[in-house]
Amino acid sequence: MFYREAGQFKTTYQDDQAVFPVLQDKVAVILLILAAYAVPFVADEYWLQAIFIQFLVFALMAIGLNILMGYAGQVSLGTGAFAAVGAYACYKLTTNIEGMNIIVAILLSGGCAAAVGVVFGLPSLRIKGFYLAVATLAAQFFILWLFNKVGWFYNNNPSGTITAPPRELFGVLITGPSASPEARYIVCLTFLIVFAWFAKNLVRGRIGRNWMAIRDMDIAAEIIGIRPLQTKLMAFAISSFYCGVAGALMIFCWLGSAETEAFDLANVSFRVLFMIIIGGLGSIGGSIMGAAFIILVPIFLTNFPPMVGLDISTALQKHLEEIIFGVMIVFFLIVEPEGFARLWQILREKLRKWPFPY
Amino acid sequence: MKFRKLVLATAGAVVCLGTFAAAEAAKADEQFFPMLVYRTGAYAPSGIPVANGFRDYYTLLNKRDGGINGVTVTFEECETQYKTNLGVECYEKLKGNGPTGASLFNPYSTGITYQLIPKASVDKIPILSMGYGRTSAADGRVFEWVFNPPATYWSQASAVIKYFSRRVGGYDKLAGKKIVHLHHNSAYGKEANPTLEVLAERYGFKLTLVPVDHPGQEQASQWRQIRRIKPDFIFMSGWGVMNQVAIKEAGNIRYPMDQFVGNWWSGSDADVVPAGDGAKGYLSTTFHGAGSDFGVHADIIKHIYGGDAAAAKENKVGEVLYNRGVVNAMFATEAVRTAQAKFGNKSLTGEQVRWGLENLNITQETLDKLGFKGMVSPLKITCEDHETMGPVIIQKWDGAKWSYASEWLTPMRDIVRPLVEADAAAYAKENNITPRNCN
Repeated sequence: MFYREAGQFKTTYQDDQAVFPVLQDKVAVILLILAAYAVPFVADEYWLQAIFIQFLVFALMAIGLNILMGYAGQVSLGTGAFAAVGAYACYKLTTNIEGMNIIVAILLSGGCAAAVGVVFGLPSLRIKGFYLAVATLAAQFFILWLFNKVGWFYNNNPSGTITAPPRELFGVLITGPSASPEARYIVCLTFLIVFAWFAKNLVRGRIGRNWMAIRDMDIAAEIIGIRPLQTKLMAFAISSFYCGVAGALMIFCWLGSAETEAFDLANVSFRVLFMIIIGGLGSIGGSIMGAAFIILVPIFLTNFPPMVGLDISTALQKHLEEIIFGVMIVFFLIVEPEGFARLWQILREKLRKWPFPY
Repeated sequence: MKFRKLVLATAGAVVCLGTFAAAEAAKADEQFFPMLVYRTGAYAPSGIPVANGFRDYYTLLNKRDGGINGVTVTFEECETQYKTNLGVECYEKLKGNGPTGASLFNPYSTGITYQLIPKASVDKIPILSMGYGRTSAADGRVFEWVFNPPATYWSQASAVIKYFSRRVGGYDKLAGKKIVHLHHNSAYGKEANPTLEVLAERYGFKLTLVPVDHPGQEQASQWRQIRRIKPDFIFMSGWGVMNQVAIKEAGNIRYPMDQFVGNWWSGSDADVVPAGDGAKGYLSTTFHGAGSDFGVHADIIKHIYGGDAAAAKENKVGEVLYNRGVVNAMFATEAVRTAQAKFGNKSLTGEQVRWGLENLNITQETLDKLGFKGMVSPLKITCEDHETMGPVIIQKWDGAKWSYASEWLTPMRDIVRPLVEADAAAYAKENNITPRNCN
């Protein structure tokens, strides 16, 4: 585990530009991915269905928001709305088009979310920062209101709830109630890995550099020839695409059915925002770590007192969870305001000089 | 940051967790009831009395009778805050507990019920959504695992319109009357809308649907609209804080309280007490009695609170939603008792309890014996009808307590049942379910 990268000299540009330039990192990531695929063999249904799938879905959403906020510097509170667009689009696509492949439907619903994201990204050319956050907040309220109001979006069923119909992939059920948690987990995990890999490469390339230039100083970026409108809208489109796919997975692989309330400001938009702040703005790995923290810690805190035999009332347990979790966030942000990604970086730098860090 | 400490602490925590997980031993002859509760969050005022009702009734069974026919009742609470994602987590967490898994789930939220309906049929655990949840689950041919006695939102809406017709002097007088349905803008609140629309067409009253967004503290624009409409009656499907705000707002615009009828989730003590004198005369529907004068309450006060009526009152004993929790727990335990008659007095699986629910027949005799005389109507569930369309009654708040303000009203079966069957058939088609044959 404790290794130094010194001595791994790069002799080609290709080597130098690799996603993981250090061999041990590459090995570690591959092992981690293999371990993630092995999780269904050891975890029970509760862990898979209630915790891991939730984590994967939110991690994907966090990557989406991080692209927009961390890399392109556009503050958004509309994550929940874009996820809802993905979920409702996927519902309409699968229920109204006979025989549509579920993966295609999920990707297409990401496309719908991207289109909506571009529309709500238009004001970003004129307004910035908190003002933009308020504009995206309008997306959050408007889109959820629309999905609640217009019966067409939920096939006019009396309660306004959308339910994931059973769909197969290679003969294995991956959505609907009879789909095994293992299959759902594998689908979500694959989506997360592919999308994380794609995002990582995206932000390293020309597009990512443009985003960062806009984020750091938009006027300077404009002067050196980056077109702000296209760049910003691209960020909105790709970010919303990620959120839309995550929203579709949320209904189809995790919850099974939902109403608009599942995508509201507090449940999704703020939560994802906290994830990327805790995890680290402008870091793909940080998004995943932040999602893990925000999802797993409260569940751990709720389950901990009964595990150690403490018999406290349910309400007190929940309140304690909220208090401790809140304190942890404040403490963590004081100790390391740049999030887990930065902490990880410091750790690696220390290891690099190990055993004599300075 | 001190990394060594961090690593050590994490490792320590992991080791601890492993030890405690392994220490959990197997148990025998227990009937496990999972409890999805919400004692915190925006809906806590409604959630606390319900949860206390469940807890006290299960505890009473153990203390008074030694369980259900000798099988100890165990239960565990899980906090949902009325949020669907937490509800799903709780379901997954609790479904495998106890020697035979969970007996049945009472989700206590229409949103959570919708989530659990498909899952529960796969896991073979019945859902008892008493007076809430998916209305079309009343069709037992499609929804084999879901039960929603004694009446659904649609039945309730038809009973309320029946009540309005009696107030104005007959169905023919309803024509041209203005009725507002003030509802929570969620799966729950919207449930009654289709039935009300059908009834509006049939009887010629003018229906306006007024939604209030979650959680419902902000209703100024809705009440401006109501003031403009000047409705003859308001029917409200609210929940939690929305109810008390609505009742206060109605008082502010001097809307006559006796024309304002809440559904059975809008008629608890937590809804009217905060509105003070303004709530006097407020009406709401119910399917069970309020107050603590019934036999079961005497037993609860005696066995659980040691005769201390003040402590009992502090724990909401006798409040509308407390009683609802008790009634719900009673239905659940009677289902287990029914199943025990067939499968023997031991820990039963969800599948066996489902059989008990489907053959549940609570007679007046049983009710008298259990201490529910005058509080609940008898009930008989069949394979086809998981609802029973039990009678509904209107209760009135006089500023201190609830009392009955109408006779028992039977829902309009001829209107509601076809709607239920149509919606169930659509669900079956969408989800590739072949309805079973009940004959």
